[in-house]
Amino acid sequence: MEHLQVLVVVIPLLAAPLCALLPGRRVPWLLATTVSWIVLWASALLALEVREAGVLTYELGGWAAPWGIEYRLDAASALVQLLIGVVAAVVLPFAGTSAALEIAPERQGGFYAALLLLVAGLLGITATGDAFNVFVFLEISSLSTYLLIALGRDRRALTASFRYLIMGTLGATFYLIGVGLLYAMTGTLNMADLAERLPAVADTRTVHTAVAFLVVGICLKIALFPLHLWLPNAYAYAPSAVGALIAATSTKVAVYLLIRIVYTVLGVDFAFGQLAMSSVLLALAVLGMLTASAVAVNQPDARRMLAYSSVAQVGYMVLGLSLASVAGLTAALLHLMNHALMKGALFLAMGCVAYRLGGTRVSDLAGLGRAMPWTMAAFVAGGLSLIGVPLTVGFVSKWYLVLAALEQGLWPLVIAVVASSLLAVAYVWRVVEIAYFRGPARDGVREAPWSLLLPTWVLVLANFWLGVDTRVTVGLATQAAQALIGAAP
Amino acid sequence: MSTATALQLCLLVPLLGAAGIVAARRRPNLRESITLLTAATLLGCVLAVLAGFLHGDVPTVLLAEPVPGLPISLRPEPLGVLFALLASGLWLVTSVYSIGYMRAKRESHQTRFYLCFAIALFGVMGVAFAANLLTLFVFYEVLTLSTYPLVAHAGTPEAVRGARTYLGILLATSIGLFLPAIIWTYSLAGTLEFTPGGVLEGRVGDAGAALLLGLFVLGIGKAAVMPVHRWLPAAMVAPTPVSALLHAVAVVKAGVFTITKVVIYIFGLDFLAGVPAERLLVYLAGFTVIAASVVALRQDNLKRLLAYSTVGQLSYVVIAAMVLTPLAEIGAALHMVAHGLAKITLFFTAGAIYVASGKTRVSELDGIGRRMPWTMAAFAVGALSMVGVPPTAGFVSKWYIIAGSFQNDLYFVLVVLTLSTGLNAAYFLPLIHRAFFRSETVAPKYDHGEAPWPMVAALVLTAALTVAFFVFNGPVVDLEKSIVGKS
Repeated sequence: MEHLQVLVVVIPLLAAPLCALLPGRRVPWLLATTVSWIVLWASALLALEVREAGVLTYELGGWAAPWGIEYRLDAASALVQLLIGVVAAVVLPFAGTSAALEIAPERQGGFYAALLLLVAGLLGITATGDAFNVFVFLEISSLSTYLLIALGRDRRALTASFRYLIMGTLGATFYLIGVGLLYAMTGTLNMADLAERLPAVADTRTVHTAVAFLVVGICLKIALFPLHLWLPNAYAYAPSAVGALIAATSTKVAVYLLIRIVYTVLGVDFAFGQLAMSSVLLALAVLGMLTASAVAVNQPDARRMLAYSSVAQVGYMVLGLSLASVAGLTAALLHLMNHALMKGALFLAMGCVAYRLGGTRVSDLAGLGRAMPWTMAAFVAGGLSLIGVPLTVGFVSKWYLVLAALEQGLWPLVIAVVASSLLAVAYVWRVVEIAYFRGPARDGVREAPWSLLLPTWVLVLANFWLGVDTRVTVGLATQAAQALIGAAP
Repeated sequence: MSTATALQLCLLVPLLGAAGIVAARRRPNLRESITLLTAATLLGCVLAVLAGFLHGDVPTVLLAEPVPGLPISLRPEPLGVLFALLASGLWLVTSVYSIGYMRAKRESHQTRFYLCFAIALFGVMGVAFAANLLTLFVFYEVLTLSTYPLVAHAGTPEAVRGARTYLGILLATSIGLFLPAIIWTYSLAGTLEFTPGGVLEGRVGDAGAALLLGLFVLGIGKAAVMPVHRWLPAAMVAPTPVSALLHAVAVVKAGVFTITKVVIYIFGLDFLAGVPAERLLVYLAGFTVIAASVVALRQDNLKRLLAYSTVGQLSYVVIAAMVLTPLAEIGAALHMVAHGLAKITLFFTAGAIYVASGKTRVSELDGIGRRMPWTMAAFAVGALSMVGVPPTAGFVSKWYIIAGSFQNDLYFVLVVLTLSTGLNAAYFLPLIHRAFFRSETVAPKYDHGEAPWPMVAALVLTAALTVAFFVFNGPVVDLEKSIVGKS
């Protein structure tokens, strides 16, 4: 059992090539789905263990910490791992039906292999305690994402993928340069070790440059405004299952990485106190929240609209983490989880629509309230959570965020959150109005098959269940935030 | 049945009714029977809560607690019980009326209509029995969202446009102003529970309190205080039963009810009395009363006229709540009932006229009293109650409001009420005159008498209640006395 911490990454990594070799459609799908459920089970076990023990460490190959690669699991990383596990376990069953339609038969094996690699990469980023190892997993997940996006049915998927390739590679390279500079100054790549050695050399220009590269690189991956331009098309034109998976997990893992670098490696006092990074992040977060929401209102494609909304929602998370308080960090981590649940549900609902209509242009959604009642009900429910209506997860995290802002007397932030929520009402409502009050639907449009509806509704119900019973999520987020702030030197 | 169970049933019954309505969508007779049965059961549940409440059984029912310290919970309280009683009682009457109206007009999407009505009543019950501001806010939004399809019912571009205005204003004010006010209150007081005497005393300065109250008054858009009143005339594109129950009783009363609760249980009368700027909001509401009446004078469309009259009458309640004397608070509660009964009667008659003759304009109503004597008699009763003439309900509540403002030497209110009475008379009395004493100038397209009997029965009943309330208002006054804690 002690190896579980590394197996959770290794199992999908090893299953991926196997998937690629398997023939047909059913078998690779079954393997991938089984692996995703194993990952969920493992990450849940690990999360339970972390709740008890606090921090789990594992030395890869038995090499001791600063020299060998150390896997380190604390509350924050366990939380993100669990999130990836949940989303993967829901999206892969969904992919069985949606990919059968969207992906060419001869590419099925490769498709599931890439999905597993993506999951493995994301899990790896959260599992490792080594800054360079993070880069390796970042590339594994990114490369598989470029590939997956390019598999989209729409030809625009190719340009979207290429654009993401350029921006994503830039981001990863920046990150690598940052890590390289830190290595040059401290001689170590282990995060805990880095945190110990950095203060001695903190006031050098090299370290300042390294911080700039690191933060900009990660922000590219987060798609923090104004570095978000790659995201909308990538999410909108990727195959349905892929769109849901990356919308729910990719940017979240990048946010986690930013938290890890800022709070664990650099330390809050240095990053936010001395370098005044928090005011930059805070300003960008607020700008992102408002502009991306405003842009979302007029998107002709529903998935592009959701993608812009993701850019705005990432703003909430960065806002929370830049407040540099336990309350703010709790809110950021909570929203990280909650947003994954709501966006996952919304993208899956749009996946159901795309399955029947072949696309998700808003004007094509007319009459779907009647033709696809369960799908559109799922969209409305997810939309309510996105807006932040009480009794949904969206309310819980926004409430904590607002309290965190008020704790520091930052009234304008509350107004910005409220304004951005109002814009969310506008863009969600536009879809609802067309789906329910314009019609009728195209001839022959039927409700999506239950194999698509079931995963969608699992996530939708999670939005409400965790919006009412918040003990687990808030408990984990608070524990993680306290540990991260406490760990800061 | 314990009061706690009755309280939970008040939420559960409309939802079960909604499910039943959907299940019976292919069989209209069964569907309408379910609506009537649900409305009757709901009224029974509210009466059970009232009975328990009068015996001193005041339970708090915890539904959920999403964030520690922020429960979603219910608790009966005099004002809320009264509001629930009014809404559930009139739902029963309106259901009878709707069946006549919807069938006579052969409206489409009738299942959606009855379904949304049931969900709206679920929202109303939640608003009425909410034990704290957050719970109230949740159900307030349920009410907003569930009534949107009712306003947009016709599906014509005009209806969709009106419904968009409706939803846009109500959502924008509630999320943009009401919610920040709730958050602000929480950050000041650390609680959102409705507490006798208020929770804000000593926690906020004069300017802050006035600003907060302003956020509440304008954020609670359903109270239609100018300048956030435009959704109400826009909502008149809805079928008449909707305008009658929701935009004369349930939705608009939810607005003024919320304001009254905020004034009494969040600010507290004594605390607010020490905030000088509070008067500014009394002036704003006074302005609304006068301005709405002036606009109503110029309306030719009967329903729009009634809508502007509602805007004015709602601000009576807002003024009464903010006069801050016990008598005026009782007046606020009484006026909610009085205006509800009278205005639903007026809307019922407007719908009956429309169904029977197809007429929607005031200028077409010459001599209609001879063809529809029952309907127009009921109209006269409702109109007189709007003006405040005895023996109608409107007189009683005006009496209390005026008495209350004397207690506080607020002569401004006196002036507003007098002026408004004159203006109300100026647009209602000519209408009555027109209906009964002028002869038909243009012959109607077809010969007609009264509307279908369920409609006439409903409007006669509410007109009778309007008169009865003039005499039998004692129990209501007794019930409401306890909110201000004085006899």
